[in-house]
Amino acid sequence: MTAPTLDPLGGLAGSGTRRRKEARVRRTVFSAAAVSILISGLIVASLITEALRFLLEVDFAELWSSSGWIPRQNHFDFITILVASLWVTVIAILFAAPLGLASAVYLSEYARPRVRSLLKPILEVLAGIPSVVVGYFALQFINPDLVTNVFTSANRAGNMIAAGIGVGILTIPLIASISEDALSSVPMNLREASAGVGARKMTTTIRVVIPAAVSGLTAAFIIAISRAIGETMVVFIAGGAADSAPRVLEPTGGSLTMTAAMASVASGTDNVAGVGPTFQSLFFVGLVLFLVTLMLNVVATRFVNRFRQAY
Amino acid sequence: MATIQVDAKRHVEIGLGKKTDWAGAIFKISLIGSILFTLLILLVLLQQVATDGWSVLTTRFGDFVSGTLRSDPGEAGIKQGLQGTFWLAIITAGVAFPLGIGAAIYLEEYADRSSRVARFIDLNIRNLAGVPSVVYGILGLTIFVRALGPLTGGPTPLAAGLTLAALVLPIVIITSAEALRSTPQPLREAAIGVGATKWESIKDHILPYAAPGILTGTLLSLARAAGEAAPLLLVGAITGRLGGNYGLTDVSQVRERFTAMPIVITSWAKQPQQEFKVDNAAAAIVILILFVLLLNSVAILLRNRFERKRAG
Repeated sequence: MTAPTLDPLGGLAGSGTRRRKEARVRRTVFSAAAVSILISGLIVASLITEALRFLLEVDFAELWSSSGWIPRQNHFDFITILVASLWVTVIAILFAAPLGLASAVYLSEYARPRVRSLLKPILEVLAGIPSVVVGYFALQFINPDLVTNVFTSANRAGNMIAAGIGVGILTIPLIASISEDALSSVPMNLREASAGVGARKMTTTIRVVIPAAVSGLTAAFIIAISRAIGETMVVFIAGGAADSAPRVLEPTGGSLTMTAAMASVASGTDNVAGVGPTFQSLFFVGLVLFLVTLMLNVVATRFVNRFRQAY
Repeated sequence: MATIQVDAKRHVEIGLGKKTDWAGAIFKISLIGSILFTLLILLVLLQQVATDGWSVLTTRFGDFVSGTLRSDPGEAGIKQGLQGTFWLAIITAGVAFPLGIGAAIYLEEYADRSSRVARFIDLNIRNLAGVPSVVYGILGLTIFVRALGPLTGGPTPLAAGLTLAALVLPIVIITSAEALRSTPQPLREAAIGVGATKWESIKDHILPYAAPGILTGTLLSLARAAGEAAPLLLVGAITGRLGGNYGLTDVSQVRERFTAMPIVITSWAKQPQQEFKVDNAAAAIVILILFVLLLNSVAILLRNRFERKRAG
């Protein structure tokens, strides 16, 4: 292979034009692939410079001891937006995980092909609903008709529970589709062996199939958490806070998540002026968000690879 | 003979002793219940926006679609929103599709999968796919609006379209790569065997075979881009002080201030007046949903046909 090839027949290398064209195509598609690296580099670069400037300019104590996230008064209390993000994520996962997992188990283990092909598009349609639509739904239906009826003290203009359920609706299809992939890649002979020793279908599903798919299911939940933390518009519309939020620790209050805080800095009365700590806070919050979701995605990839290797 | 009889008897006894598997039945019903509940959420959501938007859509549909953003809720329309979304979709598709399909061709057909470069690019694309959309807004603001401002004209459809193209690029690459991967190996070997170059085999055989799969992925990514609002907020989409009145096909608007359907919806949903935050917002939502679901269902139908053809 390494020896230079003798070319007794002369023309085996083909015409020069075709070879040059081939090389040109190769270079072109490689550059297309390299653009994705460029994008990553530019994301990190655009986050870091202004985020560092923010840290240099802002009084450090403002980051965790001020009265809330009130950019206009230079109060950047990180605890406010972290707690809100945490509530929204926890509520979203509590709502979506059982529904998504159960749907996946049904589609993968129980549904006959025909039923499956009827039910699966439901999840696909749900996955295609834009997040602003779910935000509207959370504000006009989930909050007034459900949340404020159960929690009478909940903020009527929106709160973390309504926003969390909304975000949960967006993550159901995600959990269901990744979980279904994990469940259906469990080899058939495990199910057959279990049935062969007399296990019921339910026992096989709970004690054999689900444990065998556990790393894929874990990946599904981690990816859902990452998606929930990064979801912006539902909380921006149905979170019950406009440009600023005082520190509220209960999920029944209106507040801003990390993402909603960014959206409101960009669109609120504190408009993107281009200077000052309010503008720079956008980049700092963005950097934290980027690092958290990146970490979650890396962990999820590990889990996915583990179940790919197993089967 | 005797053994068979004993076995048959045992079998019958087991059969007789079989009780209804109540736990199993409850388990199965709760699984079905979960998926039906998910369906119910979807139906309630669609029903809610349809009833809320009904009065506007039935009494002044024409004015609503052709009217501009105004402070009087009875006259306000979504013309600029539709136009913005139209141009964003064109720019996003024009940039993300060639780049994404090209990158997928590199990864699947040219790159040595085990090489360090290919693995790095692959990992990078997977991580990019998980970056929250609002973070892409920061990219758009810093690079496309500010650094490339002289070129894009600042906060314009051009800058926003490039931002959305970056956002959907990983999805386009991943779905196109999957479509290319499902192309049978003999197709490549046959083309090379009769003397085609690699590019000729890709252009004439592999791409046509993978086309439905690639089209599915690109349509889904376009639907995603059309419904995205968060990055547009950061790139500077607005709902007031929009400049001149442009025709739908007037290209000069890609370098002017802009808005888009999801931004109009967000802004209306946050207004205090009932006519804005319910009637107009829901009517705009119905139109956005119809557009996005149309793209989605074409993609799903295309994929189902494609899968059936391959299976059969």
